[in-house]
Amino acid sequence: MTRQMTGAKMIVQALIDQGVDTVFGYPGGAVLPIYDEVFQQNSIKHILVRHEQGAVHAAEGYARSTGKPGVVLVTSGPGATNAVTGLTDALMDSIPIIVLTGQVPTFMIGSDAFQEADTVGITRPCTKHNWLVKETDKLSGVIHEAFHVATSGRPGPVLVDIPKDVQFATGTYTPKAPSTSHYQPQVKGDLDAITELVEAIEKAKRPIFYTGGGVINSGPGASQLLRELVESTGFPITSTLMGLGCYPASGDKWLGMLGMHGLYEANMAMHGCDLMINIGARFDDRITGVVDMFSPKSKKAHIDIDPSSINKVIRVDIPIMGDVGHVLEDLLKIWKSRGRKTNSEAVAKWWKQIEEWRAVDCLKFTQKGNTIKPQYALERLEALTKDHDRYICTEVGQHQMWAAQYLGFEDPNRWMTSGGLGTMGYGFPASIGVQMAHPDATVINVAGEASWLMNMQEMGTAVQYRLPVKQFILNNERLGMVRQWQELLHGERYSQSWSEALPDFVKLAEAFGAKGILCDNPDDLDDAIMEMLNHDGPVIFDCVVEKHENCYPMIPSGKAHNEMIMGENVDTQTAIDKDGAVLV
Amino acid sequence: MSALKIKKGANSHSAYNLRPNFSDVVERHTLAVLVENEPGVLARVIGLFSGRGYNIDSLTVAEVDHTGHLSRITIVTSGTPQVIEQIKAQLGRIVSVHDVHDLTVEGASVERELAMFKVAGKGDHRVEALRLADIFRANVVDSTLESFVFEITGAPEKIDAFADLMRPLGLTEVARTGVAALSRGD
Repeated sequence: MTRQMTGAKMIVQALIDQGVDTVFGYPGGAVLPIYDEVFQQNSIKHILVRHEQGAVHAAEGYARSTGKPGVVLVTSGPGATNAVTGLTDALMDSIPIIVLTGQVPTFMIGSDAFQEADTVGITRPCTKHNWLVKETDKLSGVIHEAFHVATSGRPGPVLVDIPKDVQFATGTYTPKAPSTSHYQPQVKGDLDAITELVEAIEKAKRPIFYTGGGVINSGPGASQLLRELVESTGFPITSTLMGLGCYPASGDKWLGMLGMHGLYEANMAMHGCDLMINIGARFDDRITGVVDMFSPKSKKAHIDIDPSSINKVIRVDIPIMGDVGHVLEDLLKIWKSRGRKTNSEAVAKWWKQIEEWRAVDCLKFTQKGNTIKPQYALERLEALTKDHDRYICTEVGQHQMWAAQYLGFEDPNRWMTSGGLGTMGYGFPASIGVQMAHPDATVINVAGEASWLMNMQEMGTAVQYRLPVKQFILNNERLGMVRQWQELLHGERYSQSWSEALPDFVKLAEAFGAKGILCDNPDDLDDAIMEMLNHDGPVIFDCVVEKHENCYPMIPSGKAHNEMIMGENVDTQTAIDKDGAVLV
Repeated sequence: MSALKIKKGANSHSAYNLRPNFSDVVERHTLAVLVENEPGVLARVIGLFSGRGYNIDSLTVAEVDHTGHLSRITIVTSGTPQVIEQIKAQLGRIVSVHDVHDLTVEGASVERELAMFKVAGKGDHRVEALRLADIFRANVVDSTLESFVFEITGAPEKIDAFADLMRPLGLTEVARTGVAALSRGD
C-alpha cells in the first residue's frame, strides 16, 4: 500500500514507524514544515532544548540509558553547525543518534542563502553516514535506512539533511521494512578463532578480562553472558570508562576501572597478565599509556565488531570480529562443551598477587577539617543513592574520574559520560535525555562548575518539562584537571585555569525557578544531599570542595601501567618527563 | 561488505587481514574500492585519507556499473603493513563502500595509466621525439609545426621513463590519469 503525503508528514510518520517516542530539537526557518506536523500529532513528544548542542547530548543520554537510538531535529546553518560537537561525541563513543537537519530549498543550495551551510560536507567526518535528500519520494526510505545504519554494526550518529522544498512537496511514503541495503555488518565471530581463545582460557595462568563500551552497546544480554563467563571462569575483570556497569561493581571479581586514572590493582594486573581478553574495548590511549610498554608479556585476544579497531593500536594474537553478545554466546558454548576447564591452581595464585595490589588501597583519602574533599562528597553521594533506581551522568574532568572511581555501577546503561571526545558540557543535557526516558528514576549529573556552565542554558529545559535532574556540582573554582596538569607539567604556572566571577548557584537556580542548595561543610553534607534527593524538581547542588585536590592514582603521560603515581607523597615536579610532556 | 570469516593465517578471501606480519618497511599497494555512486562518496574516501594522515599516490574513479550505480576507485597508496591494513579496514567501514580489494596481495594484477605529453621543439629534437614515441608506442594525437601531443598508455614506470626521455627534448606539459588496475585471470 502506498500513501501520498508531504515530505514533512513523511518525516513524522517515519519516526512513528520507527518507534520513536521522544525528539530533542529546536525550530528554525528551514524546518518549519516539520514543526507544523509535530504540532498536529500526539505520538511523539518534542523536547525544546535551549541550544542545539544540548539537543544532541540529550539524545545521547536518552540513547545510552535506553539502548534505543536518540533523535534530534534542528534547523539549517547554525542549527546544524551547533550539532557538530554532539555528533563527534557520539561518533567517538559509538552512540546511535539520528539527526534531522533542515536545509535551504534545493534551488538555492550553493547560493550562500540565509542560514545555508554545507551540512553534509561539514558533518561527513563526524557522522557514521549522512544523506542530503533532494527528492520527496526518497525521503522516507532514507530515514528508515538512517535508523538501520545508526543501530547496526558499531553504532554511531547519522544525519539526514532535508531541503525545505522537499518537506513541502508531496511524494510516496515507503513503510518501514527490513533493510535491503548492502550494509549488513557481520555479527557472528569466526568459530576457529573463538576456539583458539577457549584454548588460551583453559591454559591461562594470569588471565584478565578487559571490557569496554562494546559490551554495553551489544545490549543487556551481552552483559549477562559476560557475568556468566566471569563467574564460571573465576577470572578478574576490569573495564574502561565506557564499559562501567557491564559487570557489577559489587562483584568480587571486579578490579575497578583501568587506565590513566584507573585503579592500581587493575593496571598492575593488565601489566602482569599472561592472557588479556579484550571484549568490546579499543586500546584507547587513556588505557594503554605508552604503547611500547603496554602489557609486554601477555597473549592478547580482541573481540570487536569493527575490524578497524583490531590491530589499530596494539597488535593482538587472537582477533575475533563480531558482536560481543554473539561471540560470548559461542565462546561459552565451546568452553562448556570442552569441560569448563581453567588452570585454577595458577589462577588462585594470580588472585593472591592481585589481593596484594588491592591491599595498597589506592583510593584511600582522609577527610579532615572543615573543607569537603571531592572524594568524600562522592563517597557520601554513593552511600545515599546506591539503593535508588539511579542513573549517573558526568561532565569532563577530575570530577568525572572521581565519579568513575568512587561510584559503583551494578548494571549497564546506568552511566552516561563523554569518554572519547571528552566534551565539557555533555553531562547536563545528557541528564535531561536520561530523565525523559526514565521519568521516575533518580538522575544525577556529577559536574565540575566550569563544565556545567558550558551548557547551563538547559536549566530552562529542565524547568519547562519539570525534569527533576540533580546537578551535583563539585565546585573547586578551578578547571581542576587543567590545573593538575599545569602543576605536574608546567611548573605550577596556572594559566587561565581558575573560574573567576562564578555565579551564585543558589540564586541561579532560583532565577530559573528551580531549587539551589549550597554545601561547604562536611558535617552538613549528608543532610544537604538528602534535601537534594527529596526535592521533587531540578536542583543545582553547589558542593564547595577542596580547591587543590589532585586526581590519583595516575599513570603519568609517557609511562607504563606499572609506573603509577599514588595520592600521597607525590613529587609533582618530576612525575612527567619531557618525552611524556608532548602527549595529551 | 565482503564475508569476513577469518582463518588462522589466512588472508586470501578477505580484504582484512587480521593476522598480519607487521614490519616497518613502507610498501606501495594498489587498492580497488567498489563504492555506491552517490553524491559525496569520493569526498568520504579522500576525507578518510586526509583526516587520518594516509598517503594517496594516485587515484582514479569512474562509474563502472551503470545499472547498479557502482563506481570503482583505484587508489595507489603507501605505508607500513600496519598502516595499509588500517587503510583497508577504515575504507571497509564506510557505509557506501561495497568492497575493498588489495590488488598487491591478492595475486597478480595489471596496472595501466594513460598520459598525454606536449613536446615543443624544432629540427633534430622534433625528429628524436617522434622516434622515441614510436619505440614507446605512443600515438601522436595533435601536431603543429613546432609541437606534438603524444598519448601513451602503460604501467606507471613506463610513463615515467617516457617523461624522462622527453624532458630534454622540450617537454612542456603533462596530463596523467592515474592508475587503473585489475587482477589477472578470473
